[in-house]
Amino acid sequence: MSSEVRFVDFKSDKQPTWCPGCGDFGTMNGMMKALAETGNDPDNTFIVAGIGCSGKIGTYMHSYALHGVHGRALPVGIGVKMANPELEVMVAGGDGDGYSIGAGHFVHAVRRNVDMSYVVMDNRIYGLTKGQASPTSREDFETSTSPDGTNMPPVNPLALALAAGATFIAQSFSSDSKRHAEIVQEAVEHDGFGFVNVYSPCVTFNDVDTYDYFRDTLVDLKEDGHDRTDREAAKAAILSDEKEYQGVIYQNEDSVPFEEQEGIEAPMTDVPEGAPEGAMDLVREFY
Amino acid sequence: MPDDLNWAIGGEAGDGIDSTGKIFAQALSRAGRHVYTSKDFASRIRGGYTAYKIRTSVDRVESVVDRLDVLIALTERTIEENMDELHEGSVIIYDGERTSMKDVEIPEGMIGLDVPLKTLAEEAGGGIMRNVVALGAACEVSNFPIENLDASLEKRFSDKGTAIVKNNKESARLGQEYVQENFDHEFDYDLDTTDQDLVLLNGDEAIGMGALAAGCKFYAGYPITPATDVMEYLTGRIDQFGGKVVQAEDELAAINMALGAARAGARSMTATSGPGIDLMTETFGLVATSETPLVICDVMRAGPSTGMPTKQEQGDLDMLLYGGHGEIDRFVVGPTTVAECFWKTVEAFNLAEKYQIPVFLVSDLSLAVTEQTFSPETFDMDEVENDRGKVVDESEIDSWLDEQGRFQAHFSTADGVSPRALPGTTDGAHMTTGLEHDELGRRTEETEVRVEQVDKRERKVQTAREEEDWEPREFGNPDADTLVLSWGSNEGPLREALDYLDDEDIDVRFISVPYLFPRPDLSDAIEAAETTVVVECNSTGQFADLIEHDVLERVERINKYNGVRFKADELAADIKNVIEPQTAEVEQ
Repeated sequence: MSSEVRFVDFKSDKQPTWCPGCGDFGTMNGMMKALAETGNDPDNTFIVAGIGCSGKIGTYMHSYALHGVHGRALPVGIGVKMANPELEVMVAGGDGDGYSIGAGHFVHAVRRNVDMSYVVMDNRIYGLTKGQASPTSREDFETSTSPDGTNMPPVNPLALALAAGATFIAQSFSSDSKRHAEIVQEAVEHDGFGFVNVYSPCVTFNDVDTYDYFRDTLVDLKEDGHDRTDREAAKAAILSDEKEYQGVIYQNEDSVPFEEQEGIEAPMTDVPEGAPEGAMDLVREFY
Repeated sequence: MPDDLNWAIGGEAGDGIDSTGKIFAQALSRAGRHVYTSKDFASRIRGGYTAYKIRTSVDRVESVVDRLDVLIALTERTIEENMDELHEGSVIIYDGERTSMKDVEIPEGMIGLDVPLKTLAEEAGGGIMRNVVALGAACEVSNFPIENLDASLEKRFSDKGTAIVKNNKESARLGQEYVQENFDHEFDYDLDTTDQDLVLLNGDEAIGMGALAAGCKFYAGYPITPATDVMEYLTGRIDQFGGKVVQAEDELAAINMALGAARAGARSMTATSGPGIDLMTETFGLVATSETPLVICDVMRAGPSTGMPTKQEQGDLDMLLYGGHGEIDRFVVGPTTVAECFWKTVEAFNLAEKYQIPVFLVSDLSLAVTEQTFSPETFDMDEVENDRGKVVDESEIDSWLDEQGRFQAHFSTADGVSPRALPGTTDGAHMTTGLEHDELGRRTEETEVRVEQVDKRERKVQTAREEEDWEPREFGNPDADTLVLSWGSNEGPLREALDYLDDEDIDVRFISVPYLFPRPDLSDAIEAAETTVVVECNSTGQFADLIEHDVLERVERINKYNGVRFKADELAADIKNVIEPQTAEVEQ
């Protein structure tokens, strides 16, 4: 099936309920394109989604999928991939799901470096609950729950990833659909944890981090002579106060996925009808 | 009652108490003697004290008792801690050369054997072997052929080289000879060897072994007392069967990893204790509504909060039955013996997969840390049957697609169990979610669909009630006026308590209940009895509440919540006191 798979095969017949103009449309299209371009098909693909506007993505795409508990999408994805390394696993979430309630899992998923991709739809706002501050909201961003701004610096997810030993760090913009799809595709192809922070503007609740803002601000690293294998260069780009970047910021080309290091060679899906061969030896160990 | 010896070694944490005790327990087991062990971890006075206790007999032993016959005391405090179990004629082996033991006073009527453990160990090659010297002395005291220690010492020290093994054997013999030469005393004990073929394991190991027998290939967990042994047992061993243990960053991640692996099609489990269950509760509803087969093991310890982490309690029943917001379909299965920890784990995996439901396997600290002997046939692997339920392959999938060719993972069948397509199955692609969903697994808030899906999930439970065996285990006299009910690890001490009561011509019917939900209907048994007594290790009587709710009748309760497991002799007195409150002597 895989040779003739097109990106629309990953689309379900359910119409998205995202607000018209939401960045998540573009983010999802890029994900579907990346999956099709990498030779996957819906029957070998597993999408895990968290909670929030981003979490709805499993419903709008067609594949094996689980829409889980808020913040826990990454552990689910790790379990899926380790139990069946033949599946293509993609985890999707938002900035609240990934960097607030799921921040602990994010750091450890980065460390664990299981071969999967993680696409975060970062709109710097809580959209589904109608406009509260998110962990990536600006310090002076006024919302219903932060009338005087958040008075906290925003989380820098790319820096968190770098500090946790990420092997692939990228950033894209949902509106730049060609580049976004290319970048997600690279994350899928990466041997390890392919992390992409996607600026996916919320047109309803965030009037600061808008399409225009990202269009005017983002510098494409591809045109900047950036060496993605240079960790120091990545650090400089990630910690820059001057500029925001899109593109692959860092990639460790020697990355070996966790499941490979752990020696997992085959899917764990077979269950024998009785105890497995040699099970009586387990009893004899207790002499 | 078995003709038994109660033996212990105690000292400070770090004195090698556990490994020394285990060496002796293994030697007894290999010599064909039944063994039942327990551990004292923490403090009745102050921190640091630890002891490994062994009850051994030629016959099966199912409980600890309030009696200590031979004690190796590495510290003075070990004697203080055990004063209520020591008796006239008890033997106390100690090293009077140890500074802290210099002024030790052996209580009147007891036999103190001052053995220079460290000096003798140094003679054999190193002071570190002083505990083994003590084991040799204990062999002499209990008339246990010292050759039986050798194989255990080999097992324990073989990876450290033949010289170390030899030195340890020598240490044991020096201890034995010292007692022979320096004490002119006849000891009453006689630890006969038999040709019984026995293995020695604890409840956590039995759960781990059950998981492997059931074809479990994925385990995610976070270390926590007293469940860590399950994880440590599986680590490495599960790899031999193509599986993997993952140490997650917390229990939230652990259950979600296990859930992911189960959705991918692996038999998958996690194990934890109460504090971990608190965190995992978040995900119970998702497991249930996504209809994912998952085994979640709770090895209970004393709560609430951090409670008493190394102490016994059965306080999590309500949480396992009701934990989580909304109404969550689940099964709760609770092994009642170390051997049943194995079999109920096998069963839990079958129930989980046949009914695509979370199955809670509830064990307790007493089962987890008790090492008990069994004949190897108790774990006859040929008896293990694994049933995956309604997994559909490519040849069957067509009949489960809707008119648009979409797989219906939550199809509302007559028995409530839907077809299950493992990821990778052609044409099986489907989503599922913790949101209420339709037959395709997609979100809905339509009232009819909501009701249909809730009813469908309930129907699975009803089907299971009818199809599966939820029978309890029964002991004692079925016609007795007194009915005793319990769950979990109390079965062992209660069975032995029945023997004590039988000696006093007190008849008791005892029903041990391994299924907490669904559970057997006990109303006939309770109606037939004059008095029903529910025994459990908690203060509020959570199981007794359930029984009262089921049968609409009051029951008597025996509750213990000081952190120490029930003892057979204590239970016999407690039960007697319930039946004959005026005449019974209260021993506790």
